[in-house]
Amino acid sequence: MTSASAGRDWTLADVPPPPRTASAVADPPWVRGLLIGVALLFLGLFLLLPLVTVFGQAFSKGIGVYLDAITDPMALAAMRLTLLVAAISVPVNAVFGVAAAWAIAKFEFRGKSLLITAIDLPFAVSPVVSGLIFVLLFGAQGLLGPWLTLHGVKIIFAIPGIVIATTFITFPFVAHELIPLMQEQGTEEEEAAVSLGASGFQIFRRVTLPNISLGLLYGIVLLNARAMGEFGAVSVVSGHIRGQTNTMPLHVEILYNEYQGAAAFAVASLLALLAVVTLVVKRVLEWRMGRASRAL
Amino acid sequence: MSIEARSITKSFGTFTALRAVNLEVKEGELVALLGPSGSGKTTLLRIVAGLEFADAGNVLFDGEDATERSARDRRVGFVFQHYALFRHMNVFENVAFGLRVRPRRERPSTREIRERVHELLRLVQLDGMSERLPSQLSGGQRQRVALARALAVRPRVLLLDEPFGALDSRVRKDLRRWLRQLHDELHITSVFVTHDQEEALELADRVVVMNQGRIEQVGTPEQVYHEPATRFVYEFLGDVNIFHERAEDSRHGGIYVRPHAVEITRRPIGDGAVSARVQRVHVAGPTVKVELVTEFGDLVQAEISQEQQRRLALTREDAVYVRPNESRVFSEDYSI
Amino acid sequence: MGLLRTKRSVLPGFGLTLGFSVAYLCLLILIPLAGLFVKSASLTAAEFLAAVGSPRALAAYRLSFGASFAAAAANAVFGLVVAWVLVRYRFPGSGALDALVDLPFALPTAVAGITLTTLLAKNGWLGRYLEPFGIPVAYTPLGITIALIFIGLPFVVRTVQPVLQDLEPELEEAAASLGANRFETFRRVLFPTLWPALVTGFALAFARSLGEYGSVVFISGNMPMKTEIAPLLIVTQLEQYEYGAATAIAAVLLVLSFAMLLGINALQRYGTRRFAGAGEEPA
Repeated sequence: MTSASAGRDWTLADVPPPPRTASAVADPPWVRGLLIGVALLFLGLFLLLPLVTVFGQAFSKGIGVYLDAITDPMALAAMRLTLLVAAISVPVNAVFGVAAAWAIAKFEFRGKSLLITAIDLPFAVSPVVSGLIFVLLFGAQGLLGPWLTLHGVKIIFAIPGIVIATTFITFPFVAHELIPLMQEQGTEEEEAAVSLGASGFQIFRRVTLPNISLGLLYGIVLLNARAMGEFGAVSVVSGHIRGQTNTMPLHVEILYNEYQGAAAFAVASLLALLAVVTLVVKRVLEWRMGRASRAL
Repeated sequence: MSIEARSITKSFGTFTALRAVNLEVKEGELVALLGPSGSGKTTLLRIVAGLEFADAGNVLFDGEDATERSARDRRVGFVFQHYALFRHMNVFENVAFGLRVRPRRERPSTREIRERVHELLRLVQLDGMSERLPSQLSGGQRQRVALARALAVRPRVLLLDEPFGALDSRVRKDLRRWLRQLHDELHITSVFVTHDQEEALELADRVVVMNQGRIEQVGTPEQVYHEPATRFVYEFLGDVNIFHERAEDSRHGGIYVRPHAVEITRRPIGDGAVSARVQRVHVAGPTVKVELVTEFGDLVQAEISQEQQRRLALTREDAVYVRPNESRVFSEDYSI
Repeated sequence: MGLLRTKRSVLPGFGLTLGFSVAYLCLLILIPLAGLFVKSASLTAAEFLAAVGSPRALAAYRLSFGASFAAAAANAVFGLVVAWVLVRYRFPGSGALDALVDLPFALPTAVAGITLTTLLAKNGWLGRYLEPFGIPVAYTPLGITIALIFIGLPFVVRTVQPVLQDLEPELEEAAASLGANRFETFRRVLFPTLWPALVTGFALAFARSLGEYGSVVFISGNMPMKTEIAPLLIVTQLEQYEYGAATAIAAVLLVLSFAMLLGINALQRYGTRRFAGAGEEPA
């Protein structure tokens, strides 16, 4: 636009209308090409190539080795344990997430923002430290160690420790997803239900739950992926007892360290498959909720 | 059912929403709570509905204290400003909700529910829409679904929060007329909140004008418009000019006069006329709008008929005389 | 619970849900975390400093910080480009690419770790091309940084993306109509709006990298003083039954992480307060 510099004696009629065409705010083709190229190269090298590598390595010694690796009794035991851990930590944290989101989103109370921050704490804790705190609490030399030993309860280097550490790590997922969602939805629909005579349980089941179901599912899918894939925290508390306290990621580690690369990647490919399914479901849910992808 | 609110007080933190408000609504009446935003009208409505809790005061239904009765048990139909329709339920399910959540003993049969819902949908002229989701309806249709839903439980009182607030002006006017007809048919005690004086004056049997947590005046539309009790009511219910007839008038608040009650003449006529100069004349529209400045410096808006304008032929800079017909003076001790 | 409530509500379940949430939070999160500080408090100051200030621990902190910072910085640059491309341009596969950005969230870290190590080892698909140039990646700080770039990749993209999406086109049109060229528009109009999100994404990626273990432990080689990150040092101390030292190192890491969490929260509040709905009427 040059009219402004042309002098002071112009009138409004002389000023051309501001360009509404895309060209005024679109990037030149070479910029566009360069940026797309950089993004593709970056994502290709850092995301796509590793994903392809997992499957490539898994089948590098043939389908026979692959099938042997994933049907090995130790691998099956690891899968069972991983499923068990998820089967406990997912529902427990989902129930917590819904309860916390209900209290936080539907009521006004003192200390609310403190509670919201506290819920996110596990996100800020290193997985290794998450494992360590339970070793310090329940381990043989831990605060409760002597009492536990006396009563014959084993938590560390046993399944309960793995479950507890995983539940700690995955604690915020559902709450973190539901709190903003329910805050945004407000309380009007619930109030309408109250004025129409619905009971507390009816309000939750018929009004609130259908409204948050997609968000809840979204949180659960991410929670599940993390619960099944957690490595650091579980590694610290598990004791790596084969067939007993090895989850799938720990089994992958053992195979890899024993130079059974193909077998390690075979088991890893199942976890990678879980990741791909998680991404697809996540994307479908985001699309159904009509919103953009979000990081945790 | 009659409603009575006795010295209701409510504050949110440091903000006082209601200051010892008293209100009575008679059986079968249609009452408007009128006021600017922040005047406490919605809070009062929500307290009557049991959705909000007063810090002090009582709510009585038919003379019976209902202050501690839960919203669930009050049998109040509430229409929310943004309708609060259950977004995952279709129109039919929205309307049926209040019937379906009744305890098993009191719950109507499926057939009865269906009949009742369709009867209500016919009443609100949405019978063909029962399968639609709220997101597939226009604003006016959503409004009517919200009304049908509230009526489904046979409420003893109908409360509406800014019922037309989210609609465009055309739909607003149609719905307004339709709601009045509906009220005349059903005769259910109704209270609605609005910030639009035209809406309140046209629709309500009685208007309650609120300001800053207090009731300024309660009266029929004629009373509040023609005999406003306070300066606030006068100013809120229509355009207003503040006039000084003598220079020393500036000591007190001056004379309040509506634009249509300003008389313009070419010659001084009798008492109370003040000389003025015409600033602008808008001839478009049903009336002619004239802006003038009086000899005391007051800016005055007047509305005259096209007929009068043909006679007076006012143009800019004309020297004329203006006189307030139907004016009011408010005592000086009143202050906001 | 009634005492806590600042506003009475008609909705039920406040006491139940808040009571359960707080009890669960205390039992699973707060008390165990407090246990860590109780344990470190049982160390004498000398013991604590010996653990935290040993050359090996300092080297580990330095490496963790340096690699995390470098990785987060790389992610800030490339993440911004990726977010821009995903929001502004449509091309075949852009939707799938968008979904793929979350892979590091979904892929177990151990899988990422062995995969990156295999790719970048001397004979790996990528490593074999880097080796001739004298750039060893696996078992070096560079390898650690690459693993941390992978782990932190989604954070910058996903924090910048929504902000970029919500920008009204009028903003850029206004800048263009006032005579700014594209670069000036970006520098003076877009970037000031984007930077809080960019810094938040950087901080999130940094915080996550600081504590990362699974993806790094395979590629790092774990040589004390050279490629040993802080979380790995904690594990090593733990395996040698040096609970005190492990706890002290963990306590420092934890305090740093919490400080970052608070900083990130403050930053996000600042970002939303300052830039939310510049084009809308205030509520």
